[in-house]
Amino acid sequence: MSVPREEDGAKVVPISAAPSYSRDGEDADPVAEVLAFLRRRLTGDYEVDEFGYDPELTDKVLLELLRPVYRHWFRVEAMELKNVPEEGGALVVANHAGTLPVDALMMQVALHDEAGRALRLLGADLVYRLPFLSHLARKTGHTLACPEDAGRLLRKGELVGVFPEGFKGVGKPFSERYKLQRFGRGGFVAAAIRAGVPIVPTAIVGSEEIYPKIGDLKPLARLLGLPYLPVTPFFPLLGPLGLVPLPSKWLIEFGERIRTDEYDPGAADDPMLVFNLTDHVREVIQQMLDQLGLRRGHAFPPFL
Amino acid sequence: MTHNVLVTGVSRHIGARVASVLAADPGIGRVIGVDTVPPPSSRGDGGIPLGRTEFVRVDLRSPDIAQVFAAADIDTVVHMSLVSAPSRSTGRAAMKEHNVIGTMQLLGACQRSATVRRVVVRSTTAVYGSSPRDPAVFSEDLEPHDSPEHGYAKDAVEVEGYVRGFARRRPDVRVSLLRFANFMGPGVDSPLTRYFTQPVLPTVLGFDPRLQFVHEDDAVEVLRRMAAEDHPGTFNVAGAGVLLLSQCVRRAGRLPLAMPSPAFRLLGNVARGAGLVEYSPEQLRLMSHGRVVDTGALESELGWRPKFTTAAAFDDFLRSRGLRPFGGPFGGNRW
Repeated sequence: MSVPREEDGAKVVPISAAPSYSRDGEDADPVAEVLAFLRRRLTGDYEVDEFGYDPELTDKVLLELLRPVYRHWFRVEAMELKNVPEEGGALVVANHAGTLPVDALMMQVALHDEAGRALRLLGADLVYRLPFLSHLARKTGHTLACPEDAGRLLRKGELVGVFPEGFKGVGKPFSERYKLQRFGRGGFVAAAIRAGVPIVPTAIVGSEEIYPKIGDLKPLARLLGLPYLPVTPFFPLLGPLGLVPLPSKWLIEFGERIRTDEYDPGAADDPMLVFNLTDHVREVIQQMLDQLGLRRGHAFPPFL
Repeated sequence: MTHNVLVTGVSRHIGARVASVLAADPGIGRVIGVDTVPPPSSRGDGGIPLGRTEFVRVDLRSPDIAQVFAAADIDTVVHMSLVSAPSRSTGRAAMKEHNVIGTMQLLGACQRSATVRRVVVRSTTAVYGSSPRDPAVFSEDLEPHDSPEHGYAKDAVEVEGYVRGFARRRPDVRVSLLRFANFMGPGVDSPLTRYFTQPVLPTVLGFDPRLQFVHEDDAVEVLRRMAAEDHPGTFNVAGAGVLLLSQCVRRAGRLPLAMPSPAFRLLGNVARGAGLVEYSPEQLRLMSHGRVVDTGALESELGWRPKFTTAAAFDDFLRSRGLRPFGGPFGGNRW
């Protein structure tokens, strides 16, 4: 079991203890509940944490919209959930794919509904520059990928998620599916070592097939300030219809925890160690991906 | 040992309140308040009574302040005289001169003084700016990506630079630098409080910034403690928790008007041109990306935390202005 360690000098007030919305408790009248919900939203009488996470809105509205997609469209199966700590800080490290970060949403549903943990993802700064996306990301619990925020969330005992491949992973062409890209600069490993929390290597299979990226409109992407602008068999050919993700079969497997608490927090400043551990995490996830892919078989069962 | 305190900016609300609590403290000798204009209480039009505070009218931009130091054995300096918005009559240039040159003159006088042992300077969390590239929560040692380049925030960055320089040159003086979140409370009159009392609140479309407030009572208490005890260092001061702008708007029962950021900028410039509001590009960034600071350092230094959370401070402000949510009770009270 991991115990979140308080670094000296960095006293963290557990604000995450504050946002609770289970005020209704025993009264199970659904109409009254909806009315109470609406009243709280209308009068601004709800709490968000210092990162802007709104647990009530996330659970009751945003995840509610994703649940049908999770269950019926992608038929996601979450496996080995026992490897996700029931409480305390941990760092979930997963592969990133699919042109649009749908995998992040599905992983969030899996962890929220099946492991009872709120997932706090670390995202690129592009997300926080864009209107709508930035406040949606904050309201659903996510924040900027930077050592300060990662460390702060982990010290508060939150379950933090990261896709170290970043845009290289999510925007890679279909021909490179299930091949892990470079794992950034290992900042996530350093954050885990500093906080002394375990790393949960995670493999997501199914995300690669939702928008098979067969081309990239690079000049237009540059014009719009985007990292890439994908061409898929249906987009932009079919217009908005091409934005409907293909209904691939998904498996999400949480691997055995990799402990970091045996290192001294100072080890986070040892680049050799950080690189080695980064490579190790990457190899573990690649192996899990290969096995999970075989186990799933066809992406669009039972035919393809 | 005499314990004489000099307070700058006593003609403004928070400055007057600080001078008044210091004047009520029997452990403190003389309290000398300075400002460019006489305090409202001395003019007989209300305001906070300053008690036994001796008021001296000094333009901080001039070297006259040195004479005040010479006349009284000043032990502690509480520098509150930062103007957060340009006045309609004198404009931005005068504001900058007041903030930056005024601080330089004051610190110059402190440096010459043989009696000053403690300097407390009011700054603002605006020095962190607001940026999508910065961490969600600022701690004191963090270097922001995009330092503010306009207005009050830029003045504060420069003032802090001079304060640090002073602290280096006079290591025997205890310097406390306080970065306050936006003040909130019944007596506070700032661009932000004026914003919330408008009937329709322009917001930036697609953004919902996190805001943090500190209640005026807590701000006064922090300044009192800093003036009475030695707490050298830089500290963030804010009420616990955060409010989203959308929450503030709903709690205030106002109508939000979401505009794309170019339109917001345009409206801001037009309204500033018409003298209706104070608007600077920093405000657009705050209204887009928000700002939250970590107050752990202050809490462990003082062994005390602000009595009002951010939400409680805002609700207290709303109550004082008679604002309430649609169909709801005052200030989020439970039924």
